[in-house]
Amino acid sequence: MGEFDFSVWQPSLPFIRDGLLFTLRLTLVAMTGGIVIGTLLALARLSPIAPLARIAGAYVDLMRSIPLVLVILWFFLVIPFITGSPVGAETSAIITFTAFEAAFYCEIMRSGIQSVPRGQVNAAFALGLGRAQAMIHVILPQAVRNMLPVLLTQTIVLFQDTSLVYAIGAKDMLKAADVVGKNYNRPVEMIVLSALIYFAICFSLSLAVRQLQKRVAIIR
Amino acid sequence: MNYHWNWGIFLEQVKAGDETYLAWLFTGLGWTLAVSLTAWLIALTIGIAVGALRTAPSRLLVLLANAWVELFRNIPLLVQMFLWFFVVPEFLPREWSLWVKQEMPAKEFVTAALCLGFFTSSRVAEQVRAGVGSLPRGQRDASLALGLTLGQAYRHVILPQALRIVIPPLTSEFMNVFKNSSVAFAIGVRGMALIEARTRVPGLIARSG
Repeated sequence: MGEFDFSVWQPSLPFIRDGLLFTLRLTLVAMTGGIVIGTLLALARLSPIAPLARIAGAYVDLMRSIPLVLVILWFFLVIPFITGSPVGAETSAIITFTAFEAAFYCEIMRSGIQSVPRGQVNAAFALGLGRAQAMIHVILPQAVRNMLPVLLTQTIVLFQDTSLVYAIGAKDMLKAADVVGKNYNRPVEMIVLSALIYFAICFSLSLAVRQLQKRVAIIR
Repeated sequence: MNYHWNWGIFLEQVKAGDETYLAWLFTGLGWTLAVSLTAWLIALTIGIAVGALRTAPSRLLVLLANAWVELFRNIPLLVQMFLWFFVVPEFLPREWSLWVKQEMPAKEFVTAALCLGFFTSSRVAEQVRAGVGSLPRGQRDASLALGLTLGQAYRHVILPQALRIVIPPLTSEFMNVFKNSSVAFAIGVRGMALIEARTRVPGLIARSG
């Protein structure tokens, strides 16, 4: 103990900032894509067309039972064979996270849709709305509102999980900290710095979600 | 897709050694199980204690227990792995630090199990707190009225009921431990994930997911 040299934090900041920007971009793209695809998957899972429901269910179960690290590695190796050319670690990470998180957002949206009271659906039909109209104008807005805290909590988890792109060498914040740590021969200080940054961001976000939760409690 | 599949790889010999890759994977499975089960034991022990403390009638204890949960929940598991592996030894007294870095047997295994155990303990604590919170107030009041001390009330009345309630969410945490153990590849535990990453064969990963 006592041999720490935190002066390495100063020159590392530009690299950390670039890494953090990639981490945030990955989180936002995967969140948006994940929620959109996840909602479609949820609609498929709840649809009266049995094969559709079964395929969506199988996809969700598959993704939920494989560790994320393996999905990241596997997509990184497999995507070039599908597209015919290497896509790079960053693009691969974005595709992987969108596909993987869609399964988790799907489960959240599904329970959100199911949490909307039956009477809302019946009332929408009684007013003459079609199935799609009832879904878009009546059910989904309430489902999203009920599930907003859970969706955001999942996004915090997603933000933490993006650190796993380390496995394929994408340049996220952790990788930036790792590289700087190696260049200056100060790995310990850089790991501490990245842990502090992750903690600060995740902790303040989860406090914000908790405040939000109090405001948008489910109204029945 | 023009990938040349080679499922026979499982039966081929490892380049340095006389095992097959399949045997290698099974050795990895053994480490995965060992890390996960050890971590689960640590997580249950600490998690139940911390979860119970979060419902204690002492502000200080609640604050400490909450701090514990927030600390382990808000740092990515991979970063925690690095913290335990590279940073924690630096904070130990000098002789201990040297021993941990140079001589400790199965260093990767011990580090990964501790890290995963502490990480999961925060999740277990969250479930246990919810379980205790869901019990009717009367249970605690009645135990105290019967002359039990607070410790006895937790030990004989509150925790047995709360734990029964949280069994379903705990089983999903139990599965998460196995999935999360794959992150230990980053510090070199020779679990299945590392072996797949080394062999660089996509099929292997699909097989053992």
